[in-house]
Amino acid sequence: MLDITPKEIKPRTALRINPAKTCQPIGAMYAALGIHGCLPHSHGSQGCCSYHRMHLTRHFKEPVMASTSSFTEGSSVFGGLANLSQAINTIFTVYNPEVIAVHTTCLSEVIGDDIPNIIAKAVSEGTVPEGKFVFHANTPSFAGSHMTGFSSMVRAMVHYFSEKTGAESGQVNIIPGFVNPADMREIKRIASEMGVPALLFPDTSDVLDTPLTGKYDFYPPGGVTIKQLRTTGDSLRTLALGPFASEAAGAYLDEKCDVPCDILDLPIGIAATDRFVHALKNVAAQDVPASINYDRGRLIDVMNDMHRYTHGLKVAVFGDPDHVTSMVEFLLDLNMKPVHVVTGTPGNRFERRMTEILEGRLPDSNFSANADLFLLHQWIKNEPVDLLIGNTYGKYIARAEDLPFVRFGFPTLDRIGHQFKPHVGYTGALHLLESILNAIMDRQDRDATDETLELVM
Amino acid sequence: MRKVAIYGKGGIGKSTTTQNTVAGLAEMGKQVMVVGCDPKADSTRLLLDGLMQRTVLDTLREEGEDVELSDVRQAGYGRTQCVESGGPEPGVGCAGRGIITSINLLEQLGAYTNDLDYVFYDVLGDVVCGGFAMPIREGKAEEIYIVASGEMMALYAANNICKGIKKFADNGVVRLGGIICNSRKVDNEASMVEAFAKKLGSQMIHFVPRDNMVQRAEIRRKTVIDFDATCNQADEYRTLARSIDGNDMFVIPNPMSTDELEALLMEYGIAD
Repeated sequence: MLDITPKEIKPRTALRINPAKTCQPIGAMYAALGIHGCLPHSHGSQGCCSYHRMHLTRHFKEPVMASTSSFTEGSSVFGGLANLSQAINTIFTVYNPEVIAVHTTCLSEVIGDDIPNIIAKAVSEGTVPEGKFVFHANTPSFAGSHMTGFSSMVRAMVHYFSEKTGAESGQVNIIPGFVNPADMREIKRIASEMGVPALLFPDTSDVLDTPLTGKYDFYPPGGVTIKQLRTTGDSLRTLALGPFASEAAGAYLDEKCDVPCDILDLPIGIAATDRFVHALKNVAAQDVPASINYDRGRLIDVMNDMHRYTHGLKVAVFGDPDHVTSMVEFLLDLNMKPVHVVTGTPGNRFERRMTEILEGRLPDSNFSANADLFLLHQWIKNEPVDLLIGNTYGKYIARAEDLPFVRFGFPTLDRIGHQFKPHVGYTGALHLLESILNAIMDRQDRDATDETLELVM
Repeated sequence: MRKVAIYGKGGIGKSTTTQNTVAGLAEMGKQVMVVGCDPKADSTRLLLDGLMQRTVLDTLREEGEDVELSDVRQAGYGRTQCVESGGPEPGVGCAGRGIITSINLLEQLGAYTNDLDYVFYDVLGDVVCGGFAMPIREGKAEEIYIVASGEMMALYAANNICKGIKKFADNGVVRLGGIICNSRKVDNEASMVEAFAKKLGSQMIHFVPRDNMVQRAEIRRKTVIDFDATCNQADEYRTLARSIDGNDMFVIPNPMSTDELEALLMEYGIAD
């Protein structure tokens, strides 16, 4: 399918081929689902909302509920006030959520709909029932990526709900970043093992990984409540995991309510998890418990046992900047060589962080923010790799170049595992390592002749 | 069918000039349709003896997609056909998109019939975005007249509009037909506007003198020809209508740099 990708790299400025990113509202919709009883609302045409819901469903294999302002030609000319006002009314009457999280679309952004004003009008007209809420984030897809949308929606939670009352609180906020429900569950488990009373927001565990019980819940049991979100302003600290996804909200909470914020890499791989555990240890002021040390020990054991399979292998990695940053560091710790690294989300910070991580360890690596899979493919053609790591969209490159391929990040539309196996923490690193090793070993078996086929590996 | 768009600085008298000229053409027996492309929807007031009751976009909003041509088109003075695009209230929505929507709708409804001799688009102010350029895109309007006066800002706006025309003219059929000078009685006005037009590679197609008759007719919701067919100003508009009807000078304008424009004003604008 990608057989004609040329090896020669010519400069491109405007054209993107197979981008490594998607629309802002997808991130915003996902973040909003991490609030209990929340109905995400897409302020734009129906197609946007359908696509975003569908994309999330394909990744999580769970139903995703969201409503839309259903813009027509008329709404784009006259503005979306009438549609959003009607939508708020209908949603509270028919679907009765605790909160509506409005995000915009390219269309409503270009015509300049004033969402806070429309919400204020709905509140003053009594359309929003007592004790229920409507809040919003601006998510134009012509800027940033789905990471930006996620980040903006989480920041909006702080903007609308966080309060500083001065109440004593031993609580620590954790903003988990754009990770899967299983990851959020694992982050909570680690904090709990460390004796840290953590409040995770957003929290999609028990929302997008619910069991099949025969009874359908329109609003699943999980998610942070508005009451809990209010208390984030009184917390001791915030740990913001993944700067692209979480720094905006963490920094704003510091500015708004004086809650100090530590911005950490996503705890993927051993070193980033060490830093996360260390940050928790500082807050808890107690030693790391044996259970966490054992998790770490088991990871090191496998890294050590299987080192000969990973050592020196060249890897190409792509995906979201927070994920890719931590993955590159993990690969270096496995003595692998991440020679090509691409993310589709714009931001110089990614390239700065890559320079820091790769400097002294693999300084000749190619890396680029705001790049695409076409460039990654060209890089691979110029310097072949032994393994490709990234989301589902990498499968075409893997096929064209006959590469072992490990699925990692959003979206994973064509494999199973990410729905229930975390990628964060020491356990998550072990899962990733398992996938990497199995892919490498499968390839070795496939390529072996009868005489070289190993029974024991 | 000749397809004409009128542009010019806000408040320069585009709608007044358009309607008075259209009245002249109608008097000559021409079949004319006027499409107002301004959210204020006041481009056909003098032809209809009052504001258009239903704009295209109002109708679209109220009736949904099932709009009939008769819902949005109304006959006015001298068998003219009048249409107002309309648009959102000030400060909301997207007026530019409104113009695109309404022109597309008029095409779908078959408003551009073969018996028409002229279609006039009366467009709001500067070409601020793609929507306001809609009448000069894709060969919709083929000739443009810019209403200007000898005032600095009117010429500045006219020059800017020429930049927009040039962009579309280079790859399309749209051409500048001339500058209509709607006099504001500034010094050396006729010769200055003439020089300005010449510099653009075009012509001053007519100098419309300032006459209070226009105001009197306008207050009574009429064009000058309709209000007092015998007055001087009625003849001025007849002349303008004839000049446009007989015009054969259609050019791709060469807009000036600001420095060139200012030099021109220095040369003509200060009477000794």
